[in-house]
Formats: sequence, structure tokens, C-alpha cells
Amino acid sequence: MSLIDEIAVRPSAPDSSVPNRTHLPLLDKAEADPDEGRIRLGAARQRSLVLAGAALGALAMGLLLTVGIGVIPLGWLFAVSFFWFLVLYTALVALREPLPVVRDGFVTVLLCSAGVAVVGTLALVVFFTFARGQDALGHINFFTRDMTGTGPLSGLDDGGILHALVGTLEQIAIALVMTIPLGLTTAVFLNEVGGKFARIVRTVVEAMTALPSVVAGLFIYAAVIMAVTRQTNGFAASLAITVLMLPIMIRSADVVLRLVPGNLREAGLALGAGQWSVVWYVVLPTVRSGLATGVILATAHGIGETAPVLLTSGFTGVMNVNPFSGPQTPLPLAALDLVRSPVPQMVSRGFATAAFLLLVVLVLFIIARLIGGQEAGKTTDGQLRLMAAQSRRDLPRIEENYRRLLEQRNRDLDAADIPDGADADIPDGSAVSRNATTNVTAVPIPQDRASNTTMQEKP
Amino acid sequence: MKMPSEPHTVAMTTLPDEAAGAGVHAGARAGQQSPEQSGTASQQLAVFDPADPFDAGSTFDPEATFDAGLEKRFSLAAQPAAGLEAENISAWFGERKVLDRVSLSMPAGTVTALIGPSGCGKSTFLRILNRMHEMVPSASLAGEVLLDGQDIYDPQQRITAARRNIGMVFQKANPFPAMSIYENTVAGLKLAGLKASRAEKDFLVEDSLRKASLWDEVKDRLHQPGGGLSGGQRQRLCIARSLAVSPRVLLMDEPCSALDPTSTRRVEETIESLRGEVTIVIVTHNMQQAARVSDTCAFFLAAQNTPGVIVEHGDTNAMFSDPRDQRTNDYVNGRFG
Ligand SMILES: Nc1ncnc2c1ncn2[C@@H]1O[C@H](COP(=O)(O)OP(=O)(O)O)[C@@H](O)[C@H]1O
Ligand SMILES: [Mg+2]
Repeated sequence: MSLIDEIAVRPSAPDSSVPNRTHLPLLDKAEADPDEGRIRLGAARQRSLVLAGAALGALAMGLLLTVGIGVIPLGWLFAVSFFWFLVLYTALVALREPLPVVRDGFVTVLLCSAGVAVVGTLALVVFFTFARGQDALGHINFFTRDMTGTGPLSGLDDGGILHALVGTLEQIAIALVMTIPLGLTTAVFLNEVGGKFARIVRTVVEAMTALPSVVAGLFIYAAVIMAVTRQTNGFAASLAITVLMLPIMIRSADVVLRLVPGNLREAGLALGAGQWSVVWYVVLPTVRSGLATGVILATAHGIGETAPVLLTSGFTGVMNVNPFSGPQTPLPLAALDLVRSPVPQMVSRGFATAAFLLLVVLVLFIIARLIGGQEAGKTTDGQLRLMAAQSRRDLPRIEENYRRLLEQRNRDLDAADIPDGADADIPDGSAVSRNATTNVTAVPIPQDRASNTTMQEKP
Repeated sequence: MKMPSEPHTVAMTTLPDEAAGAGVHAGARAGQQSPEQSGTASQQLAVFDPADPFDAGSTFDPEATFDAGLEKRFSLAAQPAAGLEAENISAWFGERKVLDRVSLSMPAGTVTALIGPSGCGKSTFLRILNRMHEMVPSASLAGEVLLDGQDIYDPQQRITAARRNIGMVFQKANPFPAMSIYENTVAGLKLAGLKASRAEKDFLVEDSLRKASLWDEVKDRLHQPGGGLSGGQRQRLCIARSLAVSPRVLLMDEPCSALDPTSTRRVEETIESLRGEVTIVIVTHNMQQAARVSDTCAFFLAAQNTPGVIVEHGDTNAMFSDPRDQRTNDYVNGRFG
């Protein structure tokens, strides 16, 4: 006897002799208390106290060893304190908790400190650059003029780096115009075509990411400047940057394309699409933000490159808007040139140029994020409101079009029905049914193609 | 409401093994041939190149019936349901044979359920029916799939036309994440390069969403991303998307396996309302569902290390109430699988 049969023969009527075996909690449930107390979640108070205590103790220990008794130079204060912090924190946790918790806390502290170290270093770099360049940054002419006629002894209210900004923007624009299409098509090729040749290309691309940047500069110097143009220029510089940006673009695009779920491609193909329309309408839009990240990575890499442009762009303090002729210095090279000067004003200009470069990268980053948008399918609240408004606005139009075309189709169907009414009912045994939701008679249209194609032209 | 079943004859279901002639089967199309098929070496061989879904080698015959689905303009008139006939389908993954000369007839406008334990080749069979099987690089197959009498594997036929005429809904709902509900519904037009005016698209969106019984739930947020819907709604959106290109056959591979009972009920209602308009083939692990929605039913089984076969197929009522094979009886009564 199977399980199903056994279940079926059990008596279903309630047996009053046995106590209830199920419960109905809704029967005796009171109204909810308006200020129902809630459990407070989160780390115990004690853990944050331990953290603060360990940090204080470690700092004190560090100060004692460096400033107090002087056995260790002051520069080591942070390293020493951090070491003591680890020791103290672990010891304090170990006083109360079992070993797994101690290990957990230790690793958490290490990871958090790594994060703090990275952010701290970055903040220091940015702060240092801005601090050293603040004198020059304070003058508006720094952003609006080039260095024409500015001598070593001129004050900071003379000269600027507009020419280098123009150089950087033009060169990176040319480099992006070459990198984005080439990089995208290569990445799509690697993913969609595949095969042996694609594997070779992938290996070459990976090797190219490790190419020393000065080699790219030398290559363009030999292949373009020595052989063709015979003088340094902005276009040669953008070619050198392209050589460096391309592998980064391809690699990052390749990675995001590989993450597109196969079932999306399958869904597209199952609708009768060709491979390339699936790539164009489904795959690429799905990873648009990932591709934007790839562009940002490549741009950030290319915009700060100094070694390749050192050999190819040439040095000049004069504005040159034509990238195809004459030297055109970009920002990193201008910064390098300026900070090497012995004159303090020039050094200040150099740091200000570097700080300005940081700002330019930030602006480009924001623009790329705006264009790239969010991850496909994710929306901000604002976007959601816009979409909702659009949906509400379009609904009457859609309903009206539906009603109109439905009528038209029914008329067409009736018109097509009358001439061959006799043999139109069941051509091949298919069922005749009436669609409940749309109210369209789903009489199979006669197989004869002539009546099928004329359907639309009929009044 | 079901189709009236055939007049009751002695045997309402069929045991294919009884009828299997010795080695009478269609030619192998695959490069790899199994030992028992290698005797038929003279038939035409066509090796698939999975990297070339355009099927560039095939020429296009404008007189072919499938041409009707290839007009570059979308047409308001839905195409009629078409019968699908699988004849002696064998399938391999590499050297491993997973289907052995399976034949099944799916009459126009009916609902056919494919049941059977996991791994017996139901999905493979379904994917062969609209040429998705050949997307797996190691895959090969033999046999014929006739859509209204035309072999979809004929070199004259376009692979894209076959897939448009025979739509597919997958186990995992997969709306396109970068598209809104509206765009998802009419994505097939854009993907297949069909032109349609805005009014026609509007019509198609409402029509398809209504057929998939989703319209009332989403009509106020047509421009929001399709990924924001619940699981059941997403699956019905995928059904609407498939219906929008007016397929003549709709294949569904366990469309409800990830859905709650309410959403399952809605999908079943959708199937019910499509009966007669589209030929439906559905793979399901849910016996009650198979019994509820299908007109005919086929029981697949793969014994240990042997390719999958159809043990028994026929009228659904007969398959569930009075199967002729003991294994079918055990399976439909939940005694194994
Ligand atoms: N992509 C694949 N590569 C190799 N073998 C596969 C692949 N897909 C399915 N198979 C094998 O083919 C057999 C049939 O699988 P499938 O058709 O998915 O079964 P079902 O849908 O009935 O559960 C299984 O044994 C499975 O291991
Ligand atoms: Mg399956």
C-alpha cells in the first residue's frame, strides 16, 4: 500500500475524544501594542569599549617608547602603536571570549586596518599635492593662460597650464576614439566567436597589459615620429597612450561580457534573433555599466601616463590646439617639467598641475558614470518616479491603440472568413476556441498565403 | 476545457517499443554516430557549427512555408497553430547518447505534457524541437522534426525562422534586465529585425500581456524594468515575450518549477487560454499539473546508463487512469522518480 493511499484512509472528521492536535492562534490574539518594544540588534557595547581601550593603550605605549624614553625614532610611532593595538585588542578579547571569536576579531581588525591604510595613503597623497600647490591654485590665471612669456622669476599671478589641459583633453579624446571601438569589438570577438585564434588574441592582450609604458613610447617614437612625422606631436602621444589603454579596455570588457548569463543569450536566440542582434540588443545593454567602468579604468590609466608622452608629445609652454603638428604637452608632463625646476614658484605650479590633473580625472569619472548609468535593471528612486509617470502617461495611448487595432483585426478576420467560410473551420484538426481575455475568435487563418498577406490591406 | 478525446479504442496509449521496427529510422545528421546507427552511413550528413547560428551554409528558399514567418513587417494576424512531429530523434552529448530514436506527434493546437524523472532527456528533446540543442558545442542529433510537414532541420530552412515559429519558455524566468516591461514584451520584434509602428507595438504589448494574464498586474508600470517583478510575474512576462512574435508552437521547460502555487495557477490559466491558438509542449514534474493542462502526455525514461526513450504516450486521461506499462503506472502514481 503506497503512502498516498495510507493518507487517504485516515479519518478526516474531528475526533472529540483526543485533545486538539493543531492550534488556531488567531482565536486568542490581542490587538498589537502601539509601542511594542523591539530588540536592539548590533554589536555589544563591550566590543566597542574594548576597541577604544586597545587603541588608547596602544597609542600611549607608542608615545612612551618614542617620545618618552626615546628607544625608537618618532617616525615609527604609527607602526609601533599598530603592533601594540593588535596585541592589546587580541588579549582583551581573549580574556572573555573563546578562541574562534578571538581569531575572528583579529582577522576583522587586520582587514579593517588594510582598508584604513589604503584610504589614508590616498588621502595623504591628495592632501599633500593640494597643499604644495595651493599658492598656484589660488590664482585664476593659472587655469586660463599658458606659459607664454612667463620667465623663471615671474610671480604666480603670471602664466598658467591651460595649454596642458587642452593637450591632455585632446590626446585622451583621440585615444578613446580609437580605444573604445577597437577594445569593445575585440572583447565581443573573444566572447562570441571564440576558438583557437581567440585564445591567442586573449593571451596577447594579457601580455600587453604588462607592457612597460616606456616601451610603448619608444615604439611610437620609432614607428611614427622617426619614420613619418619627424617631429613630436599630440597625435603621436595619443597613439602611445592607446597602446597602453587598449589591453586594459579589452580585459575589463572581456571580464564583464563573460559574466552575462547564458540564459539571456538563449532567450534572445529562442525568439528567432541572429547572434549579432542578441549581442547588440541584449548582451551589450546588460553590461553597459560594466563597460563604462572599463572605459574609466582605461582613461584613468592613460591620462596619467608620463613615460610614453615624454618621448612623443614634446615639451612646450605654448598653447597648441592642433594635435597633428608641433609639440603639445599634456598635464602629467607639464607637472613633471615644472617640479624639476629649482624655482619655488615653478615647483608650486607643478604641484598645482598635479592637483588639477586629479580634478580632471574626477570629472571624467563622473561623466563616464553618468553615461554608463547604473547596473542594468537597477533604478534610483528618482528614475523610478519618472518611469512610473511615463507609464501612467502612456497607458491611455496604449489602451486606445489596442482597442483600435483589435477592432481592425477582427474586421479583417471576418472579411477573410466569408470567402472561404465553407472550408475555414477546421483545416488540420486544430481546435477552434474563443479567447476569453481578448474576445478574438481564434479561427485558424486559412493556410493559403494569399489571403494571409492581403489581410492588412483590406479596409 | 479540454479537447474531446479520441473515441475509446482498445489501446488509448502507445508503447513505442512495440512498434519500433528493427533499425528503421531517419538518417543521422551528426558527425558522431552511435554503433547502432553506423549502418546507415549513406544518408546525408550535416555537421553543426555551433559558432554559426546564422546557419550561413543554408540557402533560403522563398517558396518555403516558413517564409510566412519571415516577413520583415510584423503582421497583426497571428499565425495559426501548427502540428509538430518528431520522428526518430536521437541525441548525443559528445559520445554519450541521451535520446534513442524518440518519436512523438504533437497535433496542432493541443497541449502535450512531457513527464519523467530527471536526466531522462526531456529538456534535450524539447531543445531539439526548436534547434536550441545545437548551441551546446559537443551536441549532435539525428532524426526529423516536422513543423506542418516541413523538416526544420532541412538545410533549406533558416534556423532563425524555426526558432521564431517555435517559441520557448525556460525553467528560469529570464527577462532582459536592461529593458522595461514594455520593451521586454516586444523585444522579439527588435531582435528579429521586424518593423512595426508604435500603434502596432502598443497593440502587441497589451495583447501579449493579456494572453499571458499579466496585463492587469503591470499596466501601471509598463516602463519599469522587467526584473522588478515577482518570480511568477517574470515567468509570465517571458511567456508574453514569446507570444509577441506569434509562434505557432510554444515549448515550456518546467515553467512552474520555481513558482508558488498561485503563480503556477496563473500560468496554467494562460496555457488554458492559449489552447487551440498555439501548440504547447510542456515539461513538468508536477503530475497534477500534467493531468490538469495536457491533452496528451508522454512518459520519458532512461534506465541506468542507457539513452532516454518514451515508454508510453497517449491521451492524458488514459495515461493517468489506465496506463498500460507498469513503470508509467508507478511514476504517475508517485511511486518512483
Ligand atoms: N550540456 C550538456 N552537456 C553534457 N551532457 C548534458 C548536457 N545537458 C544535459 N546533459 C545530459 O543529458 C541527459 C539528459 O538531460 P536533460 O535533457 O536535461 O534531462 P531532463 O530535462 O529530463 O532532466 C542527462 O543525463 C544530462 O546529464
Ligand atoms: Mg530538464
